[in-house]
Amino acid sequence: MAETEITYRDALRQALQDAMRADDTVVVIGEEVGAYGGAYGVTRDLITEFGAGRLIDTPISEPAIVGVAVGAAMTGLRPVAELMYVDFLGLVMDQLANQAAKIRYMFGGQIGVPMVLRTQGGTGRSAGAQHSQSLEGWIMHTPGLRLAMPATAADAYHLLRHSLTLPDPVVFIEHKSLYTRKERVDLDAEPTPWGKAVVRRQGNDLTLVTYSRMVHVALAAAEQLAKQDISVELIDLRTLNPLDMATVIASVERTGRAVVVSEGPLTGGVASELAARIGEECFDYLQAPVIRLAGEDIPIPVSPDLESASIPTAALIVATVRRMLRR
Amino acid sequence: MTPPDATPGPARANTRLPELYRTMRRIRTFEERVAELYARGLSAGSMLHLSIGEEGAAAGVAAAMRPEDSFTTHHRGHGIFLARGADPARMMAEIGGKEAGYCRGKGGSMHIADMALGHLGANAIVGGGIPHVVGAGLSYKRLGTDAISVAFFGDGAMQQGLLYESMNMAALWDLPVLFVCINNQYGMGTRIDRATRSIEFDRRAEAFGLAAAMVDGEDVEAVHRTAQALADGARGGKPGFMAISCFRFFGHGRMDKSPYRTAEEEATGRKRDPVSRARDALLSQGLNDAAALDALDAGIAREMDATIDFTAAADAPAGASMFRDVFGPGEPEPEPLQSRLDRILADA
Repeated sequence: MAETEITYRDALRQALQDAMRADDTVVVIGEEVGAYGGAYGVTRDLITEFGAGRLIDTPISEPAIVGVAVGAAMTGLRPVAELMYVDFLGLVMDQLANQAAKIRYMFGGQIGVPMVLRTQGGTGRSAGAQHSQSLEGWIMHTPGLRLAMPATAADAYHLLRHSLTLPDPVVFIEHKSLYTRKERVDLDAEPTPWGKAVVRRQGNDLTLVTYSRMVHVALAAAEQLAKQDISVELIDLRTLNPLDMATVIASVERTGRAVVVSEGPLTGGVASELAARIGEECFDYLQAPVIRLAGEDIPIPVSPDLESASIPTAALIVATVRRMLRR
Repeated sequence: MTPPDATPGPARANTRLPELYRTMRRIRTFEERVAELYARGLSAGSMLHLSIGEEGAAAGVAAAMRPEDSFTTHHRGHGIFLARGADPARMMAEIGGKEAGYCRGKGGSMHIADMALGHLGANAIVGGGIPHVVGAGLSYKRLGTDAISVAFFGDGAMQQGLLYESMNMAALWDLPVLFVCINNQYGMGTRIDRATRSIEFDRRAEAFGLAAAMVDGEDVEAVHRTAQALADGARGGKPGFMAISCFRFFGHGRMDKSPYRTAEEEATGRKRDPVSRARDALLSQGLNDAAALDALDAGIAREMDATIDFTAAADAPAGASMFRDVFGPGEPEPEPLQSRLDRILADA
């Protein structure tokens, strides 16, 4: 198939549609996934093709949405549960962390929970402290959960399709500020393998490690730095579990410097975990401390000025890289 | 719904009381051996929750289920699993944390499960397994099977919000699901009258549109009749709820000395004994003589004694199995701490 121009949102929708056509057991369960078409439009019109029996609208009962998906996944369906905002993880963490994540292990490998929890997070819409968080650290901290965070339309499509073939629960966190982002992609092209990071830009002076929307912020920074003859390598992790440290280590061993960029809060978060791993694994190669650029340790404020200042910016990445290189 | 006729007739040729008695006696004896396993230091930990006094609920409901049906239980679910056909030796081995157990020693008493018998899992989170049967019901309806799924939980879960989300969805979607509350009067140390002013649990379920009943758990035949009617309804797409009243003879777990209840309260409660009541009924109805029941009980005692010997002799899981089954077959496994250290500190 030739390249087509598609948004991140429509790539996700296409992935669901293709998966549901290929596998009758795939059902979507969540609030407003049917007639409404999803709060962010990802399931728009799917009910026309697949009906209310497969686009299952629920009451506003997030813990039961996830719990029902767990039970359905154990008994023959492959549910996609939609959690409208990742912030609602606070409501569902028992079903996700104590049930879905542990059932295979606790039961001695008898059965898995092949479900996908689709949700979206991040800032960019002045949605406030309860609708703008980046909570991937909670998921990454829970053994038994896979975690995908696509930055591009192509990855949104391929990672979601792959998630729907896995034997284990996958938390699939989209970014609310990426839904309208357009890209030319060939959805039939061979995808990057699941669990592998991708080098979005090659460089020699320093390695930027990031994922989700921060990939685009970091790419903008890398372009500005290139104009100043600073060559940075940019790695998009794509999945945080599995975590492809081999790609990161190979790059940092070559560049000798690393900056980790994450939208989530700094303390105890994904950036901290990545920095610790790079520090342990690449110690002999490092010419500077591994720097974490992450969200401030504050609730996300509504004011657009404050909101955008609470997370790493391209300008901050540029300034930080220049200081690290003393240029 | 109106509970089925609870008045026992004269001795009936088709009574299932002998079978129900046998199930209950096996549960009681098994639980007594669990206490012994702990006392002998052979159990994995002390978080063992005995269902002595609650045998009527487990036996009565289990007898109304079919082989294709599935279920989840709470943390006090040994009896239910036994009543659904579990091998007591493999159960005891699991409670002992042994490789020969149902979950290869990784689940234990509170997380025992067996897909072959439809046991979707015991759960150590109060109410945690309830929505799973709604999901199972959704699968059965969508896949067109005749199975139902049954959630067993205690009176503690009656105060958990997730129960009501689950009952609401089951009713809304006409799912083949049965909710079974085993009300043993205590949520850990809190007696039910200190937990809620709403003890007519069936009214809560009726409010969501479920067929609902309350039944005395001391009368195993009444439990069975009620469960059968509700299970039949669930199989037809009308989800049901039943609350079975009984008395927890012993403390919450093995460490519980019951400071929250008096000796008199215990003595009175223990008179509500479904096992001795069934035995008396078998004798008075002429269905068994005392010698036959004694022989049956002795055979069960021998069977359950053997579960302790089996567990004592069984192997612990191999250390390398620790990293197995976090994810599915062939999927990348977590890296053990030691292998990471050996790599990072190779030159140190």
